[in-house]
Amino acid sequence: MSNEGRSYTLRIWRQKNRNTPGKLVDYKVTNISPGSSFLEMLDLLNEDLVAKGEEAIAFDNDCREGICGMCSLTINGIPHGPERRTTVCQLHMRKFEDGAVITIEPFRAKPFPIVKDLVVDRSAFDRIIQAGGFISVRTGGVPDANAIAIPKDVADVAMDAAACIGCGACVAACKNSSAMLFTSAKASQLNRLPQGQAEKDRRVLLMISQLDKEGFGSCTNYGECQAVCPKGITLDHIAKMHRDYAVASFKNVFGKVL
Amino acid sequence: MNGILRLLKSSVGKKYLMAITGTILALFVLGHMLGNLQYFFDARWINAYAHHLQHLPYGLLWVVRAVLFTTIVIHIVVGVLLTLHNVQARPGYEVEGTVQASLGSRTMIWTGLVLLAFATFHIFHYTVKNVQDFSSIPEVNYISSVTPEGLPVVETETVITPDGNGIIRPVATPNVQAIMKTGFSVTGYSLFYIFAVGMLMLHLSHGVSSVFQTLGLRNEVWRYKLNCLAWLYAVAVFAGFASIPVSVLIGKL
Amino acid sequence: MNLDSKIPSGAIGEKWVNHKFSTKLVNPANKRKYKVIVVGSGLAGASAAATLGELGYQVLCFCYQDSPRRAHSIAAQGGINAAKNYQNDGDSVYRLFYDTVKGGDFRSREANVHRLAEVSCNIIDQCVAQGVPFAREYGGLLDNRSFGGAQVSRTFYARGQTGQQLLLGAYSALERQIGLGTVKMYTRHEMLDLVVEDGRAVGIVTRNMVTGAVEPWAADAVLLCTGGYSNVFFLSTNATGCNVTAAYRAYKKGAGFANPCFTQIHPTCIPQHGDQQSKLTLMSESLRNDGRIWVPKSREDAAAIRAGKKSPNDIPEADRDYYLERKYPSFGNLAPRDISSRAAKEACDDKRGVANTGFGVYLDFKDAINRLGQPKIEERYGNLFEMYERITGVDAYKEPMQIYPAPHYTMGGLWVDYNLMTTIPGCFALGEANFSDHGANRLGASALMQGLADGYFVIPYTLGGYLAGLGLASAGKNSPESPAFKASLEYVKERTSKFLSIKGKRTPRSLHQELGHIMWEACGMAREASVLEKAIEAIPHLREEFWKNVTVTGSGEELNQQLEMAGRVADFLEFGELMCRDALARDESCGCHLRVEHQYPDGEAKRDDEKFAHVAVWEYKGDNVTPVRNTEPLTYENVHFAVRSYK
Repeated sequence: MSNEGRSYTLRIWRQKNRNTPGKLVDYKVTNISPGSSFLEMLDLLNEDLVAKGEEAIAFDNDCREGICGMCSLTINGIPHGPERRTTVCQLHMRKFEDGAVITIEPFRAKPFPIVKDLVVDRSAFDRIIQAGGFISVRTGGVPDANAIAIPKDVADVAMDAAACIGCGACVAACKNSSAMLFTSAKASQLNRLPQGQAEKDRRVLLMISQLDKEGFGSCTNYGECQAVCPKGITLDHIAKMHRDYAVASFKNVFGKVL
Repeated sequence: MNGILRLLKSSVGKKYLMAITGTILALFVLGHMLGNLQYFFDARWINAYAHHLQHLPYGLLWVVRAVLFTTIVIHIVVGVLLTLHNVQARPGYEVEGTVQASLGSRTMIWTGLVLLAFATFHIFHYTVKNVQDFSSIPEVNYISSVTPEGLPVVETETVITPDGNGIIRPVATPNVQAIMKTGFSVTGYSLFYIFAVGMLMLHLSHGVSSVFQTLGLRNEVWRYKLNCLAWLYAVAVFAGFASIPVSVLIGKL
Repeated sequence: MNLDSKIPSGAIGEKWVNHKFSTKLVNPANKRKYKVIVVGSGLAGASAAATLGELGYQVLCFCYQDSPRRAHSIAAQGGINAAKNYQNDGDSVYRLFYDTVKGGDFRSREANVHRLAEVSCNIIDQCVAQGVPFAREYGGLLDNRSFGGAQVSRTFYARGQTGQQLLLGAYSALERQIGLGTVKMYTRHEMLDLVVEDGRAVGIVTRNMVTGAVEPWAADAVLLCTGGYSNVFFLSTNATGCNVTAAYRAYKKGAGFANPCFTQIHPTCIPQHGDQQSKLTLMSESLRNDGRIWVPKSREDAAAIRAGKKSPNDIPEADRDYYLERKYPSFGNLAPRDISSRAAKEACDDKRGVANTGFGVYLDFKDAINRLGQPKIEERYGNLFEMYERITGVDAYKEPMQIYPAPHYTMGGLWVDYNLMTTIPGCFALGEANFSDHGANRLGASALMQGLADGYFVIPYTLGGYLAGLGLASAGKNSPESPAFKASLEYVKERTSKFLSIKGKRTPRSLHQELGHIMWEACGMAREASVLEKAIEAIPHLREEFWKNVTVTGSGEELNQQLEMAGRVADFLEFGELMCRDALARDESCGCHLRVEHQYPDGEAKRDDEKFAHVAVWEYKGDNVTPVRNTEPLTYENVHFAVRSYK
C-alpha cells in the first residue's frame, strides 16, 4: 500500500441555501493519504478553506462507520460513490486514481430540498415512518418475548429489511426519485413479523399515501436503488409491499380498512 | 376516502393498472405475431385466419377492438401521467450516473411513444388501408379447409340476385398474404416496421419482468430468471414480427 | 452540594417495587398540562420521549442530527444483556446485578444496578413487541450468546447491528407519538444552555442549526439524554457530532459531574492511518476469540515493518511476542478490555508497535485458519474481515489485522440520584449522560440495556413523582420570557458572536486535535500524577489560544458546521481539564482507570476501597476557579469487595 499523498480536482456543488441557485466549483486537494476516507479528504479541504478565510463546505456526516445514514454525497453521479455496499464515510481514497477529477453533488430529489451545499433535508422519510412505520404498542403491557415463536427464516428476512439506515441513497439514485425501497424495507420488516401483522393493511395504505404526498416518484423497477443501497436491501421488499398493498386495497375497496 | 379512489390516486395503484394493461397488450402482441407467422404457409392459412377474425359472431370483433383500444388508452394515459410525475420528482444531476438500470427500463416512455406512432400508422396501413393502394390485389376464394385427399374446400354462399334467382358462388376474401407482401415490398415501410418491433422488443424486455415485480410476484431468486424470460419473450416477438418484412426484403434482392 | 441519593429503604430486591408504590402519581387527565423537554434522541432519549408522550405529557424532543434515527446508539454492535435465563444456565436478576457491580469494580451504586437488572427483562419484551428482529433459533425462540467474559449466555443480539435495531425500535415508537401529536420533534437543534430559575431547571436554549435562530424553550422538567464525551480525545469511536456541551452546560448551571475520568478504551479498533484520521472504527471484540495478538520481539523488526521493508509474514514465530499469552497465560488473548488495551499501549511505547504510525499491534488469524480452515473463519467473522479490508485495503486472511485501542464509552457523567435527577431539581440525566450504573468499568452489552432501562422503565415513574411534587398550579406555567431565559439567550448569542469575531489563525479542528493529544497521553489508558499535572497546566493555555486565535468562517444565521464545532471544542477545552483533575484526585486504580502509581507487580489495578469507595462529584465554582470535589460514599451490602484476577 503506497502512502504517498495523492492529488485530486474536486468539482463540488455549492449552494448558499434552499432558495439560492447553486453551481459546481472546482477545488484542488493535494497530499491526500490513500488511507484517508472520502470525508477525511473533505475535512482537509475544509481546513484549507477555513485557513484561507473561505467558507467551509457543508456536508452531513456523523458516525463515520456506515450505520447512522447521515452522509449523503453523490460522487460522479452515483450516490455513495463507486464502491458497492459502502457509504461515503467508509469509502477510501485508495479507490480513486491520483489526479482524478471527482464531481461531488448532494443527494438530489424534489422531496429532499437542499439545505446548504451538500446538505439535504430528508425529513420526508421521518414522516413516512410516522404514517405507519411502527407497531402500535405501549411501553409495558407486552407479552413475554418468547411468547410468540417466529420462524428463523422469517426473522432473518425481517432483519435483512431492518438493516436499512435511512440514508436516502435509493431515492437519490432512482431516476424517478422513488422512495419505494426505503418505504418497503420498513413495511416488509413489520408486515412479516407476527407482531406487526395486526395493522399490516393500515400500514401499507398509510405509508404509500404519505409517500405520494411527499412528492416522491413512482417505482419503475430500474433496480438502481438496490445497486447503490449500502446495506444491500433488495427489490424483494418492494415486491412484498406491492403484494401487501394489493391485498390491503382489495379489502379497502370491498370492505373497510381505513 | 373511498377505497377505489384511494387506490387509483396512489402511485402503486397506477402501477397495477400499467401491469394489468401491459399484460393484456403483451399477450395480444404474442397472439398477433403467431397469427402473422401463417404468412409463411400456404396462402389459404393466413387468408382464412383473417377471414375468421373479420367475421366473428355477435360483433365480437368490435368487442375485442374496444377492449384493446381501452387497454391501450389506459396504458398510455397512466404511463404518461406517471412519467410526468416522475420527471417532476427528480431535479437531475450535473453528472448523471447509472449503475445497472437496463436500456429498456430507461427508455420505456420513448419506446412506448414510438409504438403508439407505429400502431396508428399500422392500423391505417393494413386495417383502414388508406396509406397504400391495395385495390389492385384481387380478392381470392375463401378456402376454409382441405379434404383428406388434399383438395381445398371452397366455401360458398347463396346470393339472391335482383331478379329473384338464387345463385351459389364462392365466398371472396381479401388476399391478405399478397397485401402483406405488397406492403412490405416498400422498403421504407419495412424498415419502419422492423424498427418499431425492435422498440417493442426493448419495451417488452423491461415490461414483462416488471409485471411480475409490480404485482409482487418476484423475488431475488426469480428476478434473474424472469429477466431472462422477459428477454426471451421480447426476442421471440421481435423475431416473429420482423421475419416477414425481412423475408420480403430478401426476396426483393 | 446536596448528594442525597434517595435510595429507597428495604432489601435490595424490594427497593424499586417499594419506590414505585411510594412515588406520587400524576392524574392521567393532568399529565397533558406538563411540558417535558427531552434533549437527545438516542436509546435513552427516544425511549423516554416516546413513553412520556404515550403517558400524555406534552413532550418536546431535540436532536442535533437531521433525524432522531441517527443518534449514535445506532453504532453499538454486540448486543443487549437481560436476565431472562432463557438458556437455563443459572442466570438471574441477582446474578446480572452481581456481575455488573463487580464488573464496575465497586464504584457503582448497588440499588441502581439492581433496578437495572430487574427491568432488563422488560426491555427485551418491549423490543420484541416493537418488531425488533432479534436473532432466533430454528424453533423460533430467541437466541443468546455470551459476551464480555460473562459466565452465562444472556446477550440478545440482532446480527452485528443490535444498537441499530434497538434504536430503530425506539425511533419508531417515537415517530408514532410524533404522528399522534404528543411529541414535538425538533431536529437540527443544538442545546446550548440549560435555564435554571429559583434553583429549578425550567427549560433550555437551542440554536436552530439551519437558520441560526437562538430560541428559548420552557418546560416543567428537562431530560438530558445526550450521550457520552469520548470525543474529548478527538479520536474515538463516537460519531463526529457527539459532544459534552449539553451535560457541561448543566454542570455550569450547578449540576454535579460525577467521575468524569471514568472512560472505557476498547482494545480492538482499527489503528489510525495518519494525521488525516477523523475517527476510529471499532471491530467486534469477538475477533479475540480466534485471533492471536502479537508484536515483534525486536524494535528493529518493528521499525522495518513500519518502514515497509518487512511484512508481518516475514517475522518467524520465534521473533514474535504474543504478549497477552505471555503475561496472562490463563486468559491470554481474551484478557479484559482494559488489560489488553494497556498491554498494547505498553508494547507500542516500547517502540515495538506496527502500523505506519507505530501505534498498532497484530491480531493474527493464521493459526486459526490453519486449525479450522478459512471457510470456518469466514463464517464466523466474514463481515468483519470485509469491513477491515474496506477500511484498510488489507486482506486479513493473508496478512494479520492491525488493531489499537480507542476510547469508546464514558462511564462518568452527570451525577443523578435514584430518580435520575441531577443536583438541579427538574433536570434529569439518562443513559450514557449519567454516571450511575457502570461504576468504573462497563460490561459488554450493558450500555444498550441502561439507555433503554432509563428511558422506558425508570423515568416514566420517577419523573411523575417530581412533577406531582411540583403541584398542578405551576404546571406548564414557566415562561420563556422570564429574566432567566433572557439571560441565557443573551449568553448564547454573545458566545456565538464571539466565536465569529475572533478571526484568528487556528481552525477549531486543529485545536481539538491538539486537546485530544493531551488527553490521550495524560488521561488515556494509564494515568500518572506528574503527566496529569502537566496536562492541567497545558489545557488552560490551549483554551487561551482558542479564545485568542480561533477562526470560524461563515455567519451565525445559517447552517455553519464550523461554528457548531467551535462551540463543542470550546466546551471540551474546559471539560478536559475537569477530567484530568478527577483522574489526578482519584489516587487509586479501579476499573478502566489505571494510575501507574497503583498497581500490583503484575500490572493489575490496585483499588483503594478505604479511601475511594465513593463517587467523586465535581461542583462548578466559576470560570478559571478550581472546581470543588464532593463525594457520595458507596456502601456495598450485597456484593462484597473483591480483587479481580485474570491470571
